[in-house]
Amino acid sequence: MSEIRSYTMNFGPQHPAAHGVLRLVLELDGETVVRADPHIGLLHRATEKLAESKPFNQTIGYMDRLDYMSMMCNEHAYVRAIEQLLGIEPPVRAQYIRTLYDEITRISNHLLWIGSNGLDLGAMTLFLYAFREREMIMDMYEAASGARMHATYYRPGGVYRDLPDRMPRYRESPWTKGKDLQRRNEWREGSLLDFIEAFATDFPSRVDEYETLLTDNRIWKQRTVNIGVVPPERALQLGFTGPMLRGSGVEWDLRKMQPYAMYEHVDFDVPVGAHGDCYDRYLVRVEELRQSARIILQCVDWLRANPGHVMLKNFKVIPPTREEMKDDMEALIHHFKLFTEGYCVPRGETYAAVEAPKGEFGCYLVSDGANKPFRAHFRAPGFAHLSAMDEMVQGHMLADVVAVIGSMDIVFGEIDR
Amino acid sequence: MQAVTRYLRSLMLLELLRGLSVTLRYFFRPKFTVRYPEEKTPKSNRFRGLHALRRYPNGEERCIACKLCEAVCPALAITIESTQREDGTRRTTRYDIDLFKCIYCGFCEESCPVDSIVETDIHEFHMEQRSESIVTKPQLLAIGDRFEAQIAANRERDAAYR
Repeated sequence: MSEIRSYTMNFGPQHPAAHGVLRLVLELDGETVVRADPHIGLLHRATEKLAESKPFNQTIGYMDRLDYMSMMCNEHAYVRAIEQLLGIEPPVRAQYIRTLYDEITRISNHLLWIGSNGLDLGAMTLFLYAFREREMIMDMYEAASGARMHATYYRPGGVYRDLPDRMPRYRESPWTKGKDLQRRNEWREGSLLDFIEAFATDFPSRVDEYETLLTDNRIWKQRTVNIGVVPPERALQLGFTGPMLRGSGVEWDLRKMQPYAMYEHVDFDVPVGAHGDCYDRYLVRVEELRQSARIILQCVDWLRANPGHVMLKNFKVIPPTREEMKDDMEALIHHFKLFTEGYCVPRGETYAAVEAPKGEFGCYLVSDGANKPFRAHFRAPGFAHLSAMDEMVQGHMLADVVAVIGSMDIVFGEIDR
Repeated sequence: MQAVTRYLRSLMLLELLRGLSVTLRYFFRPKFTVRYPEEKTPKSNRFRGLHALRRYPNGEERCIACKLCEAVCPALAITIESTQREDGTRRTTRYDIDLFKCIYCGFCEESCPVDSIVETDIHEFHMEQRSESIVTKPQLLAIGDRFEAQIAANRERDAAYR
């Protein structure tokens, strides 16, 4: 009898469901996956080496481009690592702004995930709804930092600028006028905080809509329930973090376990799944959307009541304000020094991690006392998740591979770095 | 009995109809989209887009060739050459920004001690050849001259925060 050879197939790197540039070499027996071999490195940009070649602050912009769906969370891990090395603590208001923007980022990331995962599995409408909300989050990013995605907003010692007291508004046009214009600008009349509050208050009802479309939907359930099951012990062994780990039933959230920024002072719950399949991971992420909205509202309340500085006053690390720089010779000297040479951090090494929307995003920095890191390493949650690809899809059908990739929520910016 | 009700219930496609009712409601609601390019979505005054070099009100260019922006640029997108002018002031003879290299982080504007290099809120620009990605000093000054009112208004509104 002749030997039956399994069929090898390339999935990606241009496949739309591969979420970027994943190349998956699949060995198939009929339509059943025997082995999956993910090939990475197609988006490698040497971010770690770049970070080692320039002053600390200049790398902040590159952090946005790692996991380009959760920009500010990456920045947060990086600036926290620098702050730990320098031994400085940003003002409380800055920490609240960071908490606020980390949660806004989480919503933005999960919205993209829910939209694209729905699209992969055939629920197309959701994509449009999720991106409508995401557009408002882009506006929040833009109002605070000046960029829709690559914010470069967090700095060691605080955040660059305080939140503006005015939101940009829609202008009148032949198609949008009178009532229409009023409706469009309804949330934009006040400050950025008013806009965020209006959004976060309304957001749970939008999540209800997403859930109406998916949670009970029989097609959705058939595609996700009991697909890619990871038992809790195995999830821990594989180094899972974030919703992947919580979906398997392990209650682990850095925001609770090792609180950073102002997470100690806000009230929120950590959702945990039961079965560890794609459906549970979906439920965990949807619940995180609601919890994030809750945290955002608490942060907005605090920020409204407590105006103040958002940056430390320490000319050795933080550049002076423009007014000071123009009035004072000494401040001007500091300004020039900080924007050319940067600042030197003491010798030492540190690891700072944040609960990014995808899991634990960590930054390991070694400093030899110079103005740039001696070694920078970034722990990307997606890398550990993708490593489990083979195990998760074995024995499933080809179409389930897409469901598993979708539920991993991988982004290649952070995996390839 | 329970199995029968569940069977009948699933036969009625209730959850699918609930989903469809959401989409049907949106069918009659006002649109969220805008008619670009006639209409545009609002843009923050902090927006970081195309670069420009500004002048003082008397027409003198602001840039003093201190090269801070060149030093701070993470992507090494800025190239500056300078000389001493006849009146003794230091001026640039060359100020190139490679828009392909630029990551629009805004550090050049942050670093500029004389508010010369700015990132305007223009984001709709294009080029027809690769070589056009490098914007030169005359081009940057021309952008600055053309949009000065807008640039100044945006900076003014943000002055308290910087």
